[in-house]
Amino acid sequence: MTNTEKVKRGLAKRYRKERRFRAMGLIAVLLGFAFLIVLLSDITIKALPAFHQTYLKLDINLDPEVLGLAPGRPLDEKAILHADFRSVVRRSMYALFPEVRKRRDKRKLAALVSTGAQYQVRDRLLRDHALLGQTFSMWVLADDDVDTYLNTRSLRDLKQSERRLRDNQVAWLERLKQEGRIDRRFNWLFFSSADSREPELAGILGAVVGSFYTLLVTIGLAFPLSLAAAVYLEEFAPRNRWVDFIEVNINNLAAVPSIVFGLLGLAVFINFFGVPRSSPLVGGMVLALMTLPTIIIAARAALKAVPPSIREAALGLGASHTQMVFHHVVPLAMPGVLTGTIIGMAQALGETAPLLMIGMVAFIVDIPQGFTDSATVLPVQIYLWADSPERAFVAKTSAAILVLLGFLVLMNGIAILLRKRFERKW
Amino acid sequence: MMSEQPTTAATRVRVPEDDDDAILSVGATSQGGAVEPENGYTTVGEPFVDQPKMQTRDVNVFYADKQAIFDVNLDFAANEVLALIGPSGCGKSTYLRCLNRMNDTIPICRVAGELLLDDEDIYAKSMDPVLLRARVGMVFQKPNPFPKSVYDNVAYGPRLHGLAANKSELDEIVETSLKRAGLWNEVKDRLAEPGTGLSGGQQQRLCIARTIAVNPEVILMDEPASALDPIATAVIEELIDELRQKYTIAIVTHSMQQAARVSQRTAYFHLGKLIEVGDTDRVFTNPRHQLTENYITGRIG
Repeated sequence: MTNTEKVKRGLAKRYRKERRFRAMGLIAVLLGFAFLIVLLSDITIKALPAFHQTYLKLDINLDPEVLGLAPGRPLDEKAILHADFRSVVRRSMYALFPEVRKRRDKRKLAALVSTGAQYQVRDRLLRDHALLGQTFSMWVLADDDVDTYLNTRSLRDLKQSERRLRDNQVAWLERLKQEGRIDRRFNWLFFSSADSREPELAGILGAVVGSFYTLLVTIGLAFPLSLAAAVYLEEFAPRNRWVDFIEVNINNLAAVPSIVFGLLGLAVFINFFGVPRSSPLVGGMVLALMTLPTIIIAARAALKAVPPSIREAALGLGASHTQMVFHHVVPLAMPGVLTGTIIGMAQALGETAPLLMIGMVAFIVDIPQGFTDSATVLPVQIYLWADSPERAFVAKTSAAILVLLGFLVLMNGIAILLRKRFERKW
Repeated sequence: MMSEQPTTAATRVRVPEDDDDAILSVGATSQGGAVEPENGYTTVGEPFVDQPKMQTRDVNVFYADKQAIFDVNLDFAANEVLALIGPSGCGKSTYLRCLNRMNDTIPICRVAGELLLDDEDIYAKSMDPVLLRARVGMVFQKPNPFPKSVYDNVAYGPRLHGLAANKSELDEIVETSLKRAGLWNEVKDRLAEPGTGLSGGQQQRLCIARTIAVNPEVILMDEPASALDPIATAVIEELIDELRQKYTIAIVTHSMQQAARVSQRTAYFHLGKLIEVGDTDRVFTNPRHQLTENYITGRIG
C-alpha cells in the first residue's frame, strides 16, 4: 500500500471527527444561547406589568373641615403636612359609590386606592394652595391588588376565596372602568422612588443610587490599590519567600466565599473602626476587599503580557527601571487592567452576600444622599422583593433584575469600548 | 569584580536565545575536529588596539552555575565596526550585552572581569547603568519600536535625558537622527503615525534613529538585520558604514558576508571563548586558527 492510500484511508475518519467536534461546539453554543433567551424572555415577560401602573380618577374635594385645618389659620406647609388627606381620599371614593353603606364594605372600597394616594393629593395642595376648598378630579394610584387583578387574566376565573379582591370590589372596579375612571400609565414611580412596603409605591431608584455610591467607593479603593499592588509585585518586589507567601494569599483570596468578606467588614470596619453600618461607605469597602484579588490577578497578567522587547528597548535607551515601568509597561498593560477592573466591578455590582452581613439588607425608604446614609443595593433589593409576599412584587423583582442586567451590560459595553479605544491607538 | 546580583523581580528581559544553547553546549566537542582550546587558552590574532574606546579583560559570564563566556580579552577601537561572529550559542550576544550592562536585568547572570569605557570601569559601583546606557546604545535583533508615534519613538531618549531645552531643539534632534538613520525622507510626512506601522526595515532604522538620538559613544547591534529582507539589510549595512564616522560600533551577526561587508575587525567566538580576532580581510582570507577556518569555510555553524 502506498503512502497516499494509507493517508486516504484515514482521511474520511479524520474529517468525520472534525465535523463531529465542530457540531458539538455549535450545539454547546446554541444550547447556551437558548438558555439565555429563555431566561431573558421569562424575566422580561414577568417584568412587563411592573412598568405600568393602574390609576383611578377621583373627584377630590379639599374640604378644610375634613382635612382638619382650622379656619382662619394661615395655610403653611406644616399645617398641610399634618392635614388628614386620608379621609379626603376615602370620602371621594365613597362619593363615587353612595350605595355602599356598611362599614366593612366601605373599608373594602377604600382599599381599592393606594395608601400613596393621600400623599399625591397632599403634594398637589402643597404645590397649589388655591385648591383648598375646591373640588377637582385627579388621577391617583390604585392599590397593587387592583393592578394585579386587572393585569392577570387568570385571576378573574378564580373563586372569591382564592383571590385578594372580593366579588363586590371586582364589581366596583367594573363600574369604574365603564365610567372611564381607570387608566394604566407608565410607571415613572418605579424609577423615581425608593423601596416601600406597598408594591405600587416601591421603586428602584434608592437601590440604584445605593449601588452607585457603593461602587464609587469600591472602584475608588480597589483600582488604585490593586494597580499599585500588581505593579509592585510584578515589577519591583524582590523574589523571596515573603513575596511568594503574599502571592499565594492573593490568589487564594480570589476564591474566598464572599460572605466571609462581609463578616470581616462587620468585625473590622463596623465594630472596630465604627464605620456607619448599612452605608455605601462600608459596603464599598467590603466589596473593594472582595474585588482586590480579581483586579490584581488581571493586572499582573496584563503586565506580564507586555513584550520583553519593549522593556529592553526602554532600558537600552537609558530609561531607569521605574521609568521603563511607568512609561511603557503600565500604559501598555492598561487595557488589560481596565478589563479586569470592570469585571471586578460587575462582580461587585451583582454581589449580595457580604452586604447582608453589614446591614445593607435593611428596609430603607429614603434615597441615600451620601456615602454614610443607610442604603441598599440592586441585588439586595431584588432579594428583598423576591422575599415579599405581595404578588405585585413578582413583577417588581423581575423588573429590578432587568435594571441590574441593563447596568451590567452597560458596564461591559464600557469595558469593551475602553479597551478598543486604548488598543486602537496603535 | 562581580556585577551586583539584581534582586528585583523586574527582570522579564529575555536571555538571548542562542545563549541557552551556550549553557548546554559548553564543553562539547566541536564538529570541526580541531583542537579544543583549554581554559587558559590564548586568543589568536590582535585583540588589543592602540587607543581603545572600550577594553575588556578576563571577562567571564555565568548563568547561575553555567559559564557562558571564558576569559575574553578584547578592545574596541573608536570609529571602527567590530563584528562578533560565531556559531549559535557561542556567547557573542551575551558578551555584547555585558558592554552596556543589559545582563543586569537577568537575575541569574553574573559578570566577572574588567570592562572599561574610556578607562572607566563599567561595573564599578560609581557607574550608573542608566548613564552607561545613554553612552552605550543598543539596537536589538527584532525591530522593537515603542507603540508610539515615529516622532515620540525618536524623542523618547532625548526627553528622558533632558537633551533638548525646548520643542524646537527636540524637533531638530528628531530630524537629524532620522536623517542620519536614512529614514527622514520616508517618514517626514508621517511623524505622528505609529512607529509600529512602518515596514520591518523602516522599523529597524527607526530603532537606530532612536538610539543615535541620545548621541551615544558606542552602539551595540545584536544581529540588527537578521529579521530583514536583503534590500532592507543592504540599507542597514550602508547606514552602519556611515555611522562609523561618528560612533564606535560592535555588531553581532550570523552572516559572514555581512561581517565582511561592514566591519573593519572581526572577532570569532566559539563556545564562549574568543578564538581569533583580527582585521576583517585578514580573518576571512587567512584565518590562523583551525576553528575559525572551519567556521568561515562553512564546516561548522
